[in-house]
Amino acid sequence: MTNLLIILIAFLVIATLVQILRVGELLSEVRNLDVNKVTEKDNKTQSFLMGSVGILFLVSCVWQYFSWEHLMLPAASSEHGVTIDKLMAFTMILIIVVFFILHIILFYFLYKYRKGDHNDVAYYYPHNNKLELIWTIAPTIVLTVVILYGLSVWDQITNADTSKSQVIEVYGKQFDWMARYPGEDETLGSYNYKLVQGLNALGVDMQDEASLDDKLTRELHLVVDEPVLLKLRSQDIIHSAFLPHFRVQMNCVPGMSTQFAFTPTKTTSEMKEQEGDSFEYVLLCNKICGAAHYNMQMKVVVETQEEYDNWLSQKNTLSEKLITKK
Amino acid sequence: MSDHHNETFISKYIFSLDHKMIAKQFLITGMFMGVVGMLMSILFRLQLSNPGESFAILEWFLGDKWAPGGVLDPNMYLALVTMHGTILIFWVLTAGLTGTFANFLIPLQIGARDMASGFINMLSYWFFFAATVVLLISLFVETGPASAGWTIYPPLSALPQAIPGSGLGQDLWLISMTLFIVSSLLGGLNYIVTILNLRTKGMSMSRLPLTMWALLIVAILGVLSFPVLLSASLLLIFDRSFGTSFYLSDIVIGGEALHHTGGSPILFEHLFWFLGHPEVYIILLPALGIVSEIISVNSRKPIFGYKAMVISLIAIAFLSFIVWGHHMFITGMDPFLGSVFTFTTLLIAIPSAVKVFNYLATLWRASIRFTPAMLFAIGFVSTFITGGLTGLILGDSALDINVHDTYFVVGHFHIVMGLSAIYGMFAGVYHWFPKMYGRMMNKKLGYFHFWVTFISAYGVFFPMHFLGLAGLPRRYYTNSAFPMFDGLSDINEIITFFAILGGVVQLLFIFNFFYSIFKGTKATENPWRSNTLEWTTPIERIHGNWPGKIPSVHRWAYDYSKPGSDKDFIPQTEPLKEGETEH
Repeated sequence: MTNLLIILIAFLVIATLVQILRVGELLSEVRNLDVNKVTEKDNKTQSFLMGSVGILFLVSCVWQYFSWEHLMLPAASSEHGVTIDKLMAFTMILIIVVFFILHIILFYFLYKYRKGDHNDVAYYYPHNNKLELIWTIAPTIVLTVVILYGLSVWDQITNADTSKSQVIEVYGKQFDWMARYPGEDETLGSYNYKLVQGLNALGVDMQDEASLDDKLTRELHLVVDEPVLLKLRSQDIIHSAFLPHFRVQMNCVPGMSTQFAFTPTKTTSEMKEQEGDSFEYVLLCNKICGAAHYNMQMKVVVETQEEYDNWLSQKNTLSEKLITKK
Repeated sequence: MSDHHNETFISKYIFSLDHKMIAKQFLITGMFMGVVGMLMSILFRLQLSNPGESFAILEWFLGDKWAPGGVLDPNMYLALVTMHGTILIFWVLTAGLTGTFANFLIPLQIGARDMASGFINMLSYWFFFAATVVLLISLFVETGPASAGWTIYPPLSALPQAIPGSGLGQDLWLISMTLFIVSSLLGGLNYIVTILNLRTKGMSMSRLPLTMWALLIVAILGVLSFPVLLSASLLLIFDRSFGTSFYLSDIVIGGEALHHTGGSPILFEHLFWFLGHPEVYIILLPALGIVSEIISVNSRKPIFGYKAMVISLIAIAFLSFIVWGHHMFITGMDPFLGSVFTFTTLLIAIPSAVKVFNYLATLWRASIRFTPAMLFAIGFVSTFITGGLTGLILGDSALDINVHDTYFVVGHFHIVMGLSAIYGMFAGVYHWFPKMYGRMMNKKLGYFHFWVTFISAYGVFFPMHFLGLAGLPRRYYTNSAFPMFDGLSDINEIITFFAILGGVVQLLFIFNFFYSIFKGTKATENPWRSNTLEWTTPIERIHGNWPGKIPSVHRWAYDYSKPGSDKDFIPQTEPLKEGETEH
């Protein structure tokens, strides 16, 4: 019944619209006007709208920035993140300036050069090679700076020295994360996907000596100011480990191991002081992976060496977990 | 040639060989798919702004299974997102836009009686139609339509155990895409051959309107890149159905270790984006061409820097083939390769900037006539600036680390590719409607349509940048699982409000379109006082386009307000006067 009613109403709306348009067209036919011809009045109204809506649009952009700025991610909590933030600020300022200049010129021209009494003939101006050369070269110079700056930051991040980094494996699967710490031998044991079974969720090869003292955890704990190298793997499909506060993101791809090196610089408790008590670092999945993709997360804690050692020492090693249980 | 006397209904409207009818078939199919795709986006926007709330409309469209109690199911959410992307990118902005305007304009603007092969042209539409039918059928299969995102990355798209949509729905998606690619290749070859071979006397390449240049380059892009997607799809079909391991390796899913080893999903990503990035320009370039034409006509001024416009089109098209890796900075690709792709990607900003400056120079000291088509062309310039600039952030590999796959990307590509192209399409429809149907579209509705669309489109996509900078990933069913995103619900509500507003006003456009086909005021032969050849054809749209001889061309298409002429436009058919120089 409601469906019928909806269809009926839609039908009536369309019929009304048709009639309104018909009336308008008949009236203008009587007055011998072409209803769809663009008149001088139209040009005036539309160019005025262009100017005013244009200004409103630019104002709303500024308004959005000031109302929502507090929702943006806080300053980076990692060493390389600070360089990314600087590059971001540089690029952002550049594009905001260009955005405003170009839009103001656009809306101003549209407002000023409407067809009308005073402006009936356009200025025939097909090209000017000098001008075109200038506005090819100017962006080229600006982009050279942007590219060189960007590449130097990228180079720093991807060529970070990892020889002293603490290696931690982050392992994604539908729909949660696990971390594996290498234990006292500082070496992660080898793995094979065919060994994934029950408690051995990561398929660690227990024949490998290095595996025995590895530890599996459901939280990722990091030591402040100590470099870390995340080794990323996936059990099933592509996931992406995204740690927005550290400006870290890398895909986890089944069949291969990827990595990302960084150094956290602020502890969780420092961040709580800065951002409020409810603050937590988080690692989230940022590659579409199925129904619960939106809730695939792992808590991340940055703490002092002492707190970290204390936390890790309470975790069972893999040999305790897997072998004694057998 | 003009054998239109003995046409039956079927040969005229259904299996038509006339490029003008085929263009309308593409347009109306595209518009239909546009409504479907837009409706999907409104359905999932409701969930995003009001997570977990019950909506009668969701249950009405999706039924008990996919929206139990009116609450959207997470799997269906992903399916809607996937199909929305697929439909809008391929069906509306590729086939709907290029299919319409390439078919309609190429013979008319170069002075040809029809496409080089009318039959291949017809096949192109019917392959597209078959693709459409298969895609629509996939919406109704029991396990739901494809749900792995429009980029269908395996293993998610390869394993039905990972997501229900990767069952039959994904098979149908791949079949549909195969048909689509065949359609696109048939069309593309035809466009290239026609533009290169069937130009009328005097229509040298340097006198081609910019729409023709854009469509020629787009056709070349399509012919070179779509086959790569076809092979990527075929290999995926093999992995899915015949046990090969091109993309799959070391997978444990549902407690079972699969036999696949040695493949790599990254291979798929490379193949996919080798099409996927040129595809972005396949969508954008026709709009650039259309907009160049419309801005020039309605500014009553030649397009500024014709040669630079052509060269920048070619430069953009060439660069689009060597930038695909910027979609993959964080896949674990070699960092050096990342540097190369950053370099090539940011280079695209140069020809793009030239285009924007040339548009502004065209508007400078113009005599602007604000038709609805002109308004949309202006909207295009605005979105091209806004969306293009944020590309500088995403194309920079170091910055991409933290905004990759967030709403920042969603905002960026919807503005620069989605809005720009759809504005180009609207502009084209308003502009060439009189030539398509011999009637005018209602002007006032057109104005209203533009302003509400312009405001609501920015209302939807501009705030998304802020969501992205807050770290919110795309394709999340809800952001309520993370306390850090709790503050974002206001923004989400604003976005949904504008999405609904913008959606509803498109219905007004569709109304205007169909109303004007039957009841619009009669058009004159050249209502916009335009120079290009299509406006020399008679109002009755005949098979063969010109009743007598095909006109020959004596000048470029942009002699507007040329000093020494008594009117403000000089059609291309008019010979140069004595002593007159060509631009």
